[in-house]
Amino acid sequence: MIFGYAGKFLEIDLSNEKISETRLGDEVLKDYVGGRGLATKILWDRLGDRWEQIDPLSPENLLLFLTGPLTGFFPGGRICVSGKSPQSNGVVGSTVAGEFGVELKCAGYDGIIVTGKAEKPVYIFIKDSNVEIREAMHIWGKDAKETVTLLTKECRALLQDRFPQKGEWKEPAILYIGPAGENEVCTAVVASKWTHAAGYGGYGAVMGSKKLKAVVVKGTGPLPEVADMERVKQLIQTICQDVYENELWRRWGTGSAGYFVGAKTSSEPVRNWQEEWHDEKSFGVDQFENRVWVKQYWGDFGCPTTCLKIALIKCEKFKGAITDNPDYELQAYLGPNLGIFTPEENVFLTCLIDDLGLCGIQTGNVLGFAAELFQKGILTKEDLDGIELKWGNAEAFAALIKKIAYKEGVGELLSQGIYHAAVKIGEKKQQDVLQYAVQCKGIGIGAHGIRSGKDYPEIYSYACSVQGGDHTSTACLPLDDFRSELTMIFNDSAVYCYFNIFGVPRQVKFDFYKAVTGIELTQEDWINNKAMKILQLQRIMLLLGGPDLKWSPSIHDDNPARFYEPLPSGPYKGKAVNKTKVSEEVQRYYKTVGWDKNGIPKPETLKRLGLESAEKALEKLH
Amino acid sequence: MVSKKRFIWIARDLSKCSGCRKCEIACSLWHENRIWPEASRIRVFMLVPGVEFPHLCAQCEDYPCVEACPVNALSISDETGAVLVDKTACIACGQCIDACPGRIPHMHPAENYILICDLCNGDPQCVKVCREGLWNVLQIVSRRDHSYKLYARKPEEITRNLVVKIYGEEGERFL
Repeated sequence: MIFGYAGKFLEIDLSNEKISETRLGDEVLKDYVGGRGLATKILWDRLGDRWEQIDPLSPENLLLFLTGPLTGFFPGGRICVSGKSPQSNGVVGSTVAGEFGVELKCAGYDGIIVTGKAEKPVYIFIKDSNVEIREAMHIWGKDAKETVTLLTKECRALLQDRFPQKGEWKEPAILYIGPAGENEVCTAVVASKWTHAAGYGGYGAVMGSKKLKAVVVKGTGPLPEVADMERVKQLIQTICQDVYENELWRRWGTGSAGYFVGAKTSSEPVRNWQEEWHDEKSFGVDQFENRVWVKQYWGDFGCPTTCLKIALIKCEKFKGAITDNPDYELQAYLGPNLGIFTPEENVFLTCLIDDLGLCGIQTGNVLGFAAELFQKGILTKEDLDGIELKWGNAEAFAALIKKIAYKEGVGELLSQGIYHAAVKIGEKKQQDVLQYAVQCKGIGIGAHGIRSGKDYPEIYSYACSVQGGDHTSTACLPLDDFRSELTMIFNDSAVYCYFNIFGVPRQVKFDFYKAVTGIELTQEDWINNKAMKILQLQRIMLLLGGPDLKWSPSIHDDNPARFYEPLPSGPYKGKAVNKTKVSEEVQRYYKTVGWDKNGIPKPETLKRLGLESAEKALEKLH
Repeated sequence: MVSKKRFIWIARDLSKCSGCRKCEIACSLWHENRIWPEASRIRVFMLVPGVEFPHLCAQCEDYPCVEACPVNALSISDETGAVLVDKTACIACGQCIDACPGRIPHMHPAENYILICDLCNGDPQCVKVCREGLWNVLQIVSRRDHSYKLYARKPEEITRNLVVKIYGEEGERFL
């Protein structure tokens, strides 16, 4: 057994109400680590041979909750959620902050593999090795805040009742879905606390399709034994000391970017990316800080940054709206992207998105798309069930958000996510509206544009990513660049918050991995072999896709059309991405990661990595 | 009580707690050499998100827990004034929990004895990490003649107060 792991996984078959434990070999854990890497391996092993036939929202799909060896040790606890994504039809490693991963490891499990589908709504309750599937009719339909309130109370009472000698029970950790997940909306999240979300991938819909409202866990054991505790303590200190110097992120979180990325780098979505520049000082972070933040430092297990902030609107129209920050992504997507430039309206919409269990990025992307179609007269007020979807009209957007979450009227169409919605509207209106969908392989682009050239993604970053528009998994050369997808796979596989490693030498994370697991890992080995293997499998499953769509690299390894239009305003006015240059860069990327000119992994690449089992799948891709 | 003045007390500004739980990590590393939130003598409760706060011994002037122990497993440190637990004498009966106005003591998750903050022999690790990160929820002050017992409150009571302080009237619906 390797240090740092609890050693076993919980396997829950909801169709047959069967609970069991399973172990994965040391070699698998060494190669795939945990989180995203391990999810890729488990999905490939169990579903790979019929991947293209599996409907992501069918009982056959797996829903995975996986920690990594560094979860709980490395400052900033997270958990990785995965499965076959209803957005990309590939695999997305979607992580969410909170104590869930820590509690799970303390309960003795490295992860949970959920299969099947419950007959009626249920939640899973775990107290160490006591695991039960409990009835959840009374919380089905409840929003985020109600769900957390009810489950916290119910499960604490359960613990007090069963183990009265212990004293006061701390609350267990909870992962749950809101109404949007229950309704299998493709932009639904798996959430923790009120506001944290595993958004990319749409796993809230997968959880809803299994009729699984929540997973609640209390672990009373210690985190697993590590190889060298003294070294772990030193490394925690090294990371924290560095973070304590990072005043920008500590004080403002990523929230400082809502103004900055618009005004300075000009790479923020404004009115569905028609522009990427704004100079609206009404949206400055000082406005958030001084008007709406009631807690300036909010964080999760072991985090030195505590980049989250809590916002509460105390007066006027949106009084009572509560959310975190919002962070940069939601500031952008539920702010300028919708023509909204006040903290109050932004907090109001973010709060609604949280409450309904929607992803602010993916849903914000769909909302912007719909509003542009309204602006262009392609979608009429009638098409939108009477909603006047004008830029800046927060209440109109709120009305549409509710329709999406409950799949009412036009919401049914938009609930299918940006790609499917665009295709279907295009068919209905007999015109190409996909050109206005700012997405890559079904996943709306994160709020970092590529036209100005001043933000971190490269012009091929989204086009080549195995997680499409996911801004936390961008393709980049050289492969060991800190922005490279292969580098990012480590964060999502060892499972911790990568916001805590920006300032420290990159060797630190591998040192940390060694101190915890006892296994030596070099940057070269990671990039060239281990991460590369995960990348290839993710690529294969992404290209297999199915059953309702299949990506073709020659068409879909590309940017949304919008990025080829010149920026109409701001300091980089006129700048656009050059299509020929993108094609060249895409080819350069293919070559570097061992794909042929059609973007398909070469047999020799798979052979070198020991992925012979995947070679068969290549036939289906050619 | 001549020596009372050199005793320390951990002052606490609960509404500033970020919920980072570094205090739990530091405490369990110090006492158990493991990261073990449930074995931490200081515990962060989050009955409502955003309303996290550390729950730790208030060192009441009259030490009701020590009084209540039927087997004299609890004593008061001459050095620090902290409550000390004699692990071998403790019978895990839980009477100290009932005697504590804040129900702060809790059972060790793997062994049969009660956990109470021992002030780390006068150098509390939780305070160190909290101040290092400048959250300053916890702070060492010198112990004086004061009603420290007020700080021994149940997690629900503390939550009820903080939820209103942070969320105003909105807060009530989360209780």
